[in-house]
Amino acid sequence: MKLVLNEQQLDLTIRRLSHQILENHPDLKETVIIGMQPRGVYLSDRIVRNLSDMSGKPTVLYGKLDITFYRDDFRNELHIPNQTDIPFSIENKTVILIDDVLYTGRTVRAAMDALLDYGRPARVALCVLIDRRFSRQLPIQPDYTGRSIDSIITQKVKVLWSENEGRDEVVLLDE
Amino acid sequence: MQLSTKHLLGIRDLTKTDIEKILQTAEQFKEVLQRPIKKVPSLRDVTIVNLFYENSTRTRISFELAEKRLSADTINFTASGSSVSKGETLLDTVNNILSMKVDMVVMRHSASGAPHFLAKHIPAAIVNAGDGINEHPTQALLDAFSIKNAVGGLEGKKIAIIGDIMHSRVALSNIYLLQKMGAEVTVAGPPTLIPTYMKEAFNVRVEYNVKKALEWCDVANVLRIQLERQNQVLFSSLREYSIAYGINKKLLDSLSKKVVIMHPGPINRGVELSSDAADSDQSIILQQVENGVAVRMAVLYLLSGRQQFSITPEGK
Repeated sequence: MKLVLNEQQLDLTIRRLSHQILENHPDLKETVIIGMQPRGVYLSDRIVRNLSDMSGKPTVLYGKLDITFYRDDFRNELHIPNQTDIPFSIENKTVILIDDVLYTGRTVRAAMDALLDYGRPARVALCVLIDRRFSRQLPIQPDYTGRSIDSIITQKVKVLWSENEGRDEVVLLDE
Repeated sequence: MQLSTKHLLGIRDLTKTDIEKILQTAEQFKEVLQRPIKKVPSLRDVTIVNLFYENSTRTRISFELAEKRLSADTINFTASGSSVSKGETLLDTVNNILSMKVDMVVMRHSASGAPHFLAKHIPAAIVNAGDGINEHPTQALLDAFSIKNAVGGLEGKKIAIIGDIMHSRVALSNIYLLQKMGAEVTVAGPPTLIPTYMKEAFNVRVEYNVKKALEWCDVANVLRIQLERQNQVLFSSLREYSIAYGINKKLLDSLSKKVVIMHPGPINRGVELSSDAADSDQSIILQQVENGVAVRMAVLYLLSGRQQFSITPEGK
């Protein structure tokens, strides 16, 4: 097991990501944040909190997206879907998709398919906490990256959140 | 994370966990149906035949819509106008259809046990859409889903099933399901339409006075008087049935609480349910129909998880 980010580093990284998003989208009017269920939502919750604190705008358009029905591998491992909650139109908005780990890119592919069923966004950007580079199976790259790491296929990245696991930490596990 | 069964033949074969999984998944499909594009690609590689040996409006349309919303390919088969009238057997018909690479069968048949028979002889997954007087599992699931939405849960709730219990597959599936989920069930109606073994066999309360049943329950599921299944005279006339066992707004207003009214359709208006009761704000009949699509999507989606379809590398 290798520690990738400790609590303090994780907090700093999330703050940096929030600043970068705000830098590119100073008025959050035409920008929506979409967290990916289930594990991306912990990250998007914090980013949205940061964004409204830093911008002084309490209302950031924020939704959650579940991609279970769009997976290309759902029959190998069936999941009970999580809630999708996008209570606004994404038509002509800039969507920032947020997930914890980017690995093969297949989840993001599914998320983009799911997103397009809600309308036609002007632009879709991707923000991830951990980018497992050189392991992509599809041509997908993040626009905002917390930390890029090199890992091999047998390893697993685990992002722990205090809301769920009792502590904030990112670790690389050898299986 | 899949269901414990390969087919959905009846609620009797499902576990409580299965039912919970189906209802939970249906909740998310209900959200899908509110979207601008009400379609997901989950069953893109699946072909489903809707095999209807008996008339149906709601169930057939609901299944077909559910399949289309899941992106499955569908074919519809109705017994009339097919080779069934030339004497082809059920098994031959189905095997011929399956040889054209069909993965799932949704079937309704007037003979109880027809889908169970088929399940023993064919590899495809079967969803029972009503067999004779045995079961109608997806109706019970959508009823449970609607009850949950209307009164906030199933556990400990009191449900009265009123009307023709003897000929009703909806009643049987509902009883199995509600009891597995911890709800209390009363069946009510004329003694001639309630088998004497109900109490003993299913551990349900039996009530011959409709008003008392309504007074007791939170939700009343009113069943259709099945005129096509009445070979002998079990009550003297529809008018008499309607006077003694029919539910109208006046009766509902005379109760001490507001009872939720359900009906699986089609309604014999003025017989088991009067128009003023069926169209009142206590009735969730149209919500039941709406929920039916989401529930059937959940069933098809979850059953497809157990299949190896032709597209997978292993093949069939």
